[in-house]
Amino acid sequence: MDSTIFSILLLDGITNGAVYALLGLATVLVFSVTRVIFIPQGEFVAYGALTLAIFQTGQVPGTVWLLLIMALLPPAIISLVSLWAAPQNLPLLVQAGLTVAIVTSFGPLVYRLAYQSLADASSLVLLIVSVGVHFAMTGLGLLFFGAEGFRNPSFWDMRVNLGGLAIKGQAIIIFMVSLALIVLLWQFFARTLYGKALQATAVNRLGARLMGISTIGAGQATFAMAALIGALSGLLIGPTTTVFYDSGFLIGLKGFVAAVMGGLQSYPLAAVGAIFVGLVEAFGSFWASAFKEVIVFTLVLPILLWRSMADGHAEEH
Amino acid sequence: MKLVKSLIATAATLVVSGAAWADITIGVILPLTGPASGLGIPVNNQVKLWPTSIGGEKLKVIVLDDGTDPTTGIKDAKRFVTEDKVDVIVGSVATPVAIPVSGVAAEAETVQLSLSPIELPAGKDGWTFRLPQSNTVMAHAMVGHMKKLGIKTVGFLGYTDAYGESWLRDFTPEAEKNGIKVIAAERFARADTSVTAQALKLVAANPDAMLIVASGSGAAMPHKAIVERDFKGKIYQTHAAASRDLMRVGGKDVEGAYVVSGPAVVAEQLPDSHPSKKVALTYVAQYEKAYGPGSRNQFAAHGYDAFSVLEKAVPIALKKAKPGTKEFRAALRDALEGMGRTVVAHGVLNWTKDDHWGYTPETGVMLKVVNGDWKVE
Repeated sequence: MDSTIFSILLLDGITNGAVYALLGLATVLVFSVTRVIFIPQGEFVAYGALTLAIFQTGQVPGTVWLLLIMALLPPAIISLVSLWAAPQNLPLLVQAGLTVAIVTSFGPLVYRLAYQSLADASSLVLLIVSVGVHFAMTGLGLLFFGAEGFRNPSFWDMRVNLGGLAIKGQAIIIFMVSLALIVLLWQFFARTLYGKALQATAVNRLGARLMGISTIGAGQATFAMAALIGALSGLLIGPTTTVFYDSGFLIGLKGFVAAVMGGLQSYPLAAVGAIFVGLVEAFGSFWASAFKEVIVFTLVLPILLWRSMADGHAEEH
Repeated sequence: MKLVKSLIATAATLVVSGAAWADITIGVILPLTGPASGLGIPVNNQVKLWPTSIGGEKLKVIVLDDGTDPTTGIKDAKRFVTEDKVDVIVGSVATPVAIPVSGVAAEAETVQLSLSPIELPAGKDGWTFRLPQSNTVMAHAMVGHMKKLGIKTVGFLGYTDAYGESWLRDFTPEAEKNGIKVIAAERFARADTSVTAQALKLVAANPDAMLIVASGSGAAMPHKAIVERDFKGKIYQTHAAASRDLMRVGGKDVEGAYVVSGPAVVAEQLPDSHPSKKVALTYVAQYEKAYGPGSRNQFAAHGYDAFSVLEKAVPIALKKAKPGTKEFRAALRDALEGMGRTVVAHGVLNWTKDDHWGYTPETGVMLKVVNGDWKVE
């Protein structure tokens, strides 16, 4: 391995890691506010990438109909706009905006449908519900987008050559968006009243309710943010790889590994963990591509061990 | 009143089951969901176009989804042989599912028409007939082409599943016989977000050509990754990638790729002397009439061929026994083994007692992607 290969792998690892970081953050966010381990987080990624891909072909994505069936106003307005916009062949950025709007609307709806009435159930029940939601969303994804994969056009067709290292415009966009979102999330929770309200719900549901914070509202807002992050991640990776209706699961799972590194509560640790996962993945597939997934997911074991040693106490309610 | 009702019900049951007794039942196992659904859905489309009778006997076709999961596949197969008492099992088109299904078929002494080129240990394929060309047959065509271009070294980038492994195993000896060496082998999975690392390692090994073993639109991502690393040699793809999804997703990056394929997908470009031309044209016309121009593909053609061989073998078997019986299933196997040269859309089949693969080595056709379309080399 020479320095060129090393730097290409490094770049590849950090680029993927940045996307995992976003998903890891979303997982931490959802867990800390609602105690839901949100396995279908990755599905939003696939929905985002594929909804845009279908817009690109000039057809109406199936997600639009689902939204129309599931919801009343205002998501229905998004649906109707999409129905009008689909055959118009609008510019890429407009379609991307619509895609984000569509997929984000799914967040609160998923919460309403699957989790709201179970808000006080144990984490285990919520986890099982998550598995169910994951299967339902993958199945619907197959129905909407078909079995074959899509690759989206790049948002920024640029290549910078630094020595032997070619940095693509899309990679730069991935870094910028990830960084911006991380800073935004951090500021949101640290500075705004609403962010603090969400945090309060995370710390103590009953206490928050006594202070006049709507836990249902908090849950819906959290899921909307998770879906938004998912949709953005989908738009980010869409041009760098072929996305299939079931691609989201593995991507989301890697975000989850990152979130576990952050103990499902620390945003910075999750982000660092995600970059680490990305790097391990890149170097792992260079040295032993047949065992790549094994290497990535085996990482969870020592971390869980270390986590449980460090915390030492049983789950509390 | 109640008595009359139950009498009617009993009579109806008798009529229904009586009819079922005389029908020929075909159990189809396909991956309609899961990673191999891109292969299963086209075959299911073809199954929908099957005629409703063979040799004057009514057909009953049952399609079950295996979800690309071997366990579900076995469950489906067991249901077929115990509950539905099928006369023949068709499927699966996913290699990891088709292998265990063959075990159930052999145990129940039911013919399996596998739509995937599955490798079975010697003596285990007594009831299994494969419709796709074996990887060896395809590798033969590919190696021949490589030799013509003077390629000496090959880098391998394939799926981490049975399809990738069996290609590597069949391709390597065939290549070595012709003085071509596989100098690097890397794996990936369809859902991977990046194959940059694998591509780097392969390009660093600097082979004359790359062989990518993947299916459908999944074959485009590794191809693009290798092109992005400025690989200047030739890139080869296998017959599972011989669908238009390769060009749809790969765009201009897959331009100039060499793809080995069965003759069915390029029916029009075959020379008139090609034995399969007529059948292949019929398949393409029928399939594209139903599902739109350009929708033809390798896998649906296997579904078409499965019916063609049944059309030839079933009447022979019907002379010996009634459908739904053990004797009929055995007669069907004998008929398939003894039916001789059969022209299908994908080449010329000649199954015998010892050979359940059946294609002659010249079956594979090399295609080149030129201006986003197939061109026969």
